[in-house]
Amino acid sequence: MSHHLVEARSLCFSFPDQAEVLKELSFRITHGEAVAVVGANGAGKSTLLLQLTGCLLPTSGEIRVGDLPVTRKTLEVVRRAVGMVFQEADDQLFMPTVFDDVAFGPRNLGLAEGEVAARVTDALATVGAAHLPQRPPYRLSGGEKRAVSIATVLAMHPDILVLDEPSANLDPRSRRQLIELLQAFEHTRIIATHDLDLVRQVCTRTLVLYQGRIVADGETDGILSNEELLLSAGLL
Amino acid sequence: MGALNQRGIDLGRTDRLAGQETPLHHLDPRAKLLVTVLFAATVVSFDKYALTAMVPLALFPMVVIATGRVPVGYLLRKVLLVSPFAVLLGLANPFLDRGVAVTFLDVPISGGWISFGSILLRFVLTVSAALLLVAVTGFQRLCAGMARLGVPEAVVVQLLFLYRYLFVLLAETQRLVRARSLRSAGPAAQSLASYGPMVGHLLLRTLARAQRIYQAMSCRGFDGHLRGEILPAWSGKETFFLLGWAAYFGLVRGYNLPYLLGQLLIGGW
Repeated sequence: MSHHLVEARSLCFSFPDQAEVLKELSFRITHGEAVAVVGANGAGKSTLLLQLTGCLLPTSGEIRVGDLPVTRKTLEVVRRAVGMVFQEADDQLFMPTVFDDVAFGPRNLGLAEGEVAARVTDALATVGAAHLPQRPPYRLSGGEKRAVSIATVLAMHPDILVLDEPSANLDPRSRRQLIELLQAFEHTRIIATHDLDLVRQVCTRTLVLYQGRIVADGETDGILSNEELLLSAGLL
Repeated sequence: MGALNQRGIDLGRTDRLAGQETPLHHLDPRAKLLVTVLFAATVVSFDKYALTAMVPLALFPMVVIATGRVPVGYLLRKVLLVSPFAVLLGLANPFLDRGVAVTFLDVPISGGWISFGSILLRFVLTVSAALLLVAVTGFQRLCAGMARLGVPEAVVVQLLFLYRYLFVLLAETQRLVRARSLRSAGPAAQSLASYGPMVGHLLLRTLARAQRIYQAMSCRGFDGHLRGEILPAWSGKETFFLLGWAAYFGLVRGYNLPYLLGQLLIGGW
């Protein structure tokens, strides 16, 4: 079976005490695609991403990863397939050293310590943080934290990478390095961001969310040159 | 964290100290933990008027300072930081307990002052031992040691998280305090009233963060167990360290060494 597919079918979600946050979303993302999810603040981007990892479950409709619907029973399999990089690196880096943090996922997969170490080294090298393993995460700079957060997810060898605002708070060089890194991945990538320049450089396809609905889904170039659409979605 | 650091809450420095390479640092954390617990138990077990009899116990922190290369100034600052608690605890003693206990150079000293001194000495000994334990072991390895000694995993995990997010909470508090002070210019502005909402705000932020961290952990397969951190094996060195100090504490507890030494010197046998 292929883990690389992500599909939403009439996905709806509302928090217990609030109006609907996601309304009837349907889309299908296939192997190796790089898809941007853009939208104004509060459009539902982060909520959608949390659905992909089963941190939140749909109130109606369904979301499928690979051949499986995301439910409580399939969480474990889904989370092996989907790696999520959270918006705030401090939420993602909770262990005392960078090494332990990157090793956290692989250890939870039950891998032997030798294999864990190899994965950590690999993942850190990929994001250009090979020199950091023994540092405590709170001593890192913003760019280093972001790189390490991505490494924590890469070390689990996910098929699908989900990133929430990856370029937020990065200096120009760290941002450029991040973009190069994202371009180099062959994973299916789903990136929620306000950084339209990053979208242009990394993503071939763009979903535009506005007040919980998909108002456009298509090739990035077409969408980003449609001024009227961007204005109405609160992106210009 | 600048200002908070300047007030002595420099946790990062503890981590740097814990990263040093000395034989003491390489010792199994369990041995150090057990000796420290034993040390604290010995200190606490003394009679409430004991003062000079406890002094030889200071050898333990002194040896740790010397062999673990812990700067004395660093330790003193931290001890001072928490000292108000001990001072407050013992402050009433000189007033309540006024019976003359000893006369030193014709000056009568009441039992209250002696027990006050005893409380302070106990405080300095135990607190510095605990601080030294963290400084020569590192919080993380200490937690791993606790887990291996049978402390429930839930407690150990909580301690690790407490330590990790102390930094984040400190930074957040400081940003909040700074934002407040930048917008409160007049003399009336720095009122106590705004602290309530601030603390509440901090609590809500902390809860929200806890939720996000938990989500991040479950995304990476967290199931309640923290894996990793292989401890150095318990060897003869650890046994020697544990038994050696246990014997010394027993000796100090059993015999009043300063008294015996005084007797010996002035030949009062």
